[in-house]
Amino acid sequence: MEEYSIVIIGGGPAGLAAAAAAKESGEDRILILERDTRLGGILNQCIHNGFGLHTFNEELTGPEYAARFIQKIEELGITYKLNTMVMDISSDRVVTAMNREDGMFQVRAAAVVLAMGCRERPRGALNIPGYRPAGIYTAGTAQRLVNIDGYLPGKEVVILGSGDIGLIMARRMTLEGAKVKVVAELMPYSGGLKRNIVQCLNDFDIPLRLSHTVVDIQGKDRVEGVTIAEVDGSGRPIPGTEEQYSCDTLLLSCGLIPENELSMGIGVELHGATRGPVVNESLETNIPGVFACGNVLHVHDLVDFVSEEAGAAGRNAAAYVRMTEAEKNAAEKEISVQTENGVRYTVPAVVRPARVNGELKIRFRVGAVYKNRYITVYLDDERIIHKKKQVVVPGEMEQVILKPEMLAKHPDLQSIRVTLEEE
Amino acid sequence: MRDIVIIGAGVSGAAAARELSRYQADILLLEKEEDVCCGTSKANSAIVHAGFDAEPGSLMAKLNVEGNKMMPELSEKLGFPFKQNGSLVICTDEADRGKLEELLERGQKNGVEGLRIIEREELLQMEPNISDEAVAALDAPTGGIVCPFNLTIAMAENAAENGVEFRMNTKVEAIRRTENGYVVVTDQGEIETRAVVNAAGVYADEIHNMVSGEKISIIARKGEYYLLDKSAGSHVSHTIFALPSKMGKGVLISPTVHGNLLVGPTAADIEDKEAVNTTAEGLASVARESAVTVKNVPVRSVITSFAGLRAHRPEHDFLIGEPADAPGFVDLAGIESPGLTACPAIGRMAAEILAERLQLTEKSDFIDTRKAPVDPKTLTLEERNALIKENPAYGTIICRCESVSEGEIIDAIRRPLGAVSLDGVKRRTRAGMGRCQAGFCSPKVMEILAREVEGLGLEDVTKHGGRSGLIVGLDKDFDACKKEENC
Repeated sequence: MEEYSIVIIGGGPAGLAAAAAAKESGEDRILILERDTRLGGILNQCIHNGFGLHTFNEELTGPEYAARFIQKIEELGITYKLNTMVMDISSDRVVTAMNREDGMFQVRAAAVVLAMGCRERPRGALNIPGYRPAGIYTAGTAQRLVNIDGYLPGKEVVILGSGDIGLIMARRMTLEGAKVKVVAELMPYSGGLKRNIVQCLNDFDIPLRLSHTVVDIQGKDRVEGVTIAEVDGSGRPIPGTEEQYSCDTLLLSCGLIPENELSMGIGVELHGATRGPVVNESLETNIPGVFACGNVLHVHDLVDFVSEEAGAAGRNAAAYVRMTEAEKNAAEKEISVQTENGVRYTVPAVVRPARVNGELKIRFRVGAVYKNRYITVYLDDERIIHKKKQVVVPGEMEQVILKPEMLAKHPDLQSIRVTLEEE
Repeated sequence: MRDIVIIGAGVSGAAAARELSRYQADILLLEKEEDVCCGTSKANSAIVHAGFDAEPGSLMAKLNVEGNKMMPELSEKLGFPFKQNGSLVICTDEADRGKLEELLERGQKNGVEGLRIIEREELLQMEPNISDEAVAALDAPTGGIVCPFNLTIAMAENAAENGVEFRMNTKVEAIRRTENGYVVVTDQGEIETRAVVNAAGVYADEIHNMVSGEKISIIARKGEYYLLDKSAGSHVSHTIFALPSKMGKGVLISPTVHGNLLVGPTAADIEDKEAVNTTAEGLASVARESAVTVKNVPVRSVITSFAGLRAHRPEHDFLIGEPADAPGFVDLAGIESPGLTACPAIGRMAAEILAERLQLTEKSDFIDTRKAPVDPKTLTLEERNALIKENPAYGTIICRCESVSEGEIIDAIRRPLGAVSLDGVKRRTRAGMGRCQAGFCSPKVMEILAREVEGLGLEDVTKHGGRSGLIVGLDKDFDACKKEENC
């Protein structure tokens, strides 16, 4: 069995950044396994711009952003296999994968980085009643058909869900000659970035109907129309508010689900809110030597943050590989990060103070729209961070940074609490 | 002149075709949809019923028990997934014990083997998630589960291999009596035949009433279902029924042969025989009623919901045989539950009737078995690698959720009666049937279909034939440039 120091599952933005960082930390035997025909992951179909403002201080398209990392992978001489599906990972880090050339093969890894990304929530999981005709696509599938394959999946479009891909596709379909009639959003707020609402809907006069959902789909062979209705505070359609839209296509942008089937196979514990692994300050899961980053860990808003997080995962995986057995197994105090007042989760969810190396970035999302709040962190009873935000929304990821000197003030730290406060 | 025209390529038509292909006869099967298994046969509970439910003495009871006994061997010979997981009918009220006893007696009269009533304690050991209200149950170890798609497809393929001709996209519009038999008028022309088999599902009344003065009626009875993710597939291991009511067997909860959990159906009689839409009320009632027999059914892990139409006769029995005024015309009508179970016996009965009517002779070279598609998941590492070496397409995974390889998809297209649409591939291989519901694999399967099916461009690929096209055109730029013919 071939042995690698680090095997990275997925060659999208997370996997690429993790690989590059691990290599730059001095690890040589790195292997990226990618199921698609090229590196870059979903960025390849994101041909719009807006990527890289944080990482490169310039605005790139998705493929351009990916290309920078792919070039780095090539320059660093990191090994990768394309068209290769990982079938199984064992808890002692034997990775079973398959492709046309090698057949089914196994490699042993000293550390594994999970970077499989996420998938879109399909119609079936949304419980929309009606027929099951052609013409119902998740926004990402439509994006692939339009941007990679060059085909238009429909001409008269209704979009359910205002996630970023849905908003981007409202604009793309319009530019390709389709008529986007309406974007319906179940929640009273959009799940996407503000800039996408402005640039993709407002600029094209596409109406956004908040607190609305699709209650029926018509058409036996091809979509012929959908009915949308207003919903009450608990998301239930209000009788009498139904509106009929004739259309040939329904696009769905109703949430992304981290793809953790492989992780579950290893025994990785998942977080109820993120549906990604529970990780510690090193982005390591409950299975020693198995790290996670990017959208498989929690769904990000910007790829720049994926790259940054994945870089940390790659460095931590490299550090893990170099540890002695005693260091790996040393029992350390673990603190579960507490969340409250609308903070849905944090990544990391667990912190071992002794293992924090430099700054500790804590990322999180909130569960509703909050105005004029303070993002507040308590170390034990000390309010160590108290940062005013005019608005905090579910569609945007937030972060706080714990500096080494903050942690140094609490040598016997017992609790970390992230919360929203009114003043 | 044909010997036999079979109308309908559902499970009854396919079973009749296979059984009739044992004889020397010129047989043509007509199907209005683009593929086999497109109506009732594709959207049902996928249960092989033990046979305790049907009225003793009815055709339903007889053919149910016969079909149940034929199923294991048929599954071996034709290579479709079947599992005898056992059924349990749950009694949740001491006052209803009498009904449970009735079921036991009825089953025994019907000739169902192994039936017994078990008490709560034993039930709990068999099914830890059973309702706290459950007091006892009828244990029917001969109950099973089957893949209804591959059961139908396997019988149809085997029939085709034995010489039955299949003509899809052909709708019967009228049938005329002639001196020597019948003329079947379709939207694709007329066919003369000595005999007709009516396996038209919910339309069996229309077909029957074209030739017979003894009018029959078939009511479309809609059933809505939830299919849950494989993570929920082991919530129960047996097929769990509530005690039956007038409208049917109630909401059942069952693992599927592929490891999902199926919950449903509702029962609502409807006018429109094409109305396979789900409804908010129907789905809500499935979720609600699932709690009657089993605790904490994880309905939130639903990956899809669907509705199917049962071909219900008001008389509530199968109608199989020739009407008095139409010799050589064999009805397979009112084939609702337990029709899927009974189909091998239904097919055999149809064949016996026509063999006598037409004085058919058995073939000496009937092929009894089908070469089933390779399922790489059942192979050892070495076998799988040998397969990939021989055909590298088996090394490329197309459907991530169900781990379906390109090789399996190509095989599903190239086989006899091969798939020509996305749903056709899905039913044969499970590509697109997993938790992402074809989000990732549909563009790739479309490409493979366009490459493999002669005369099919990517723009022509459909979800399920007819007007279910997936693409409406090229991107604007390409479209413009194509029109100008200068690129």
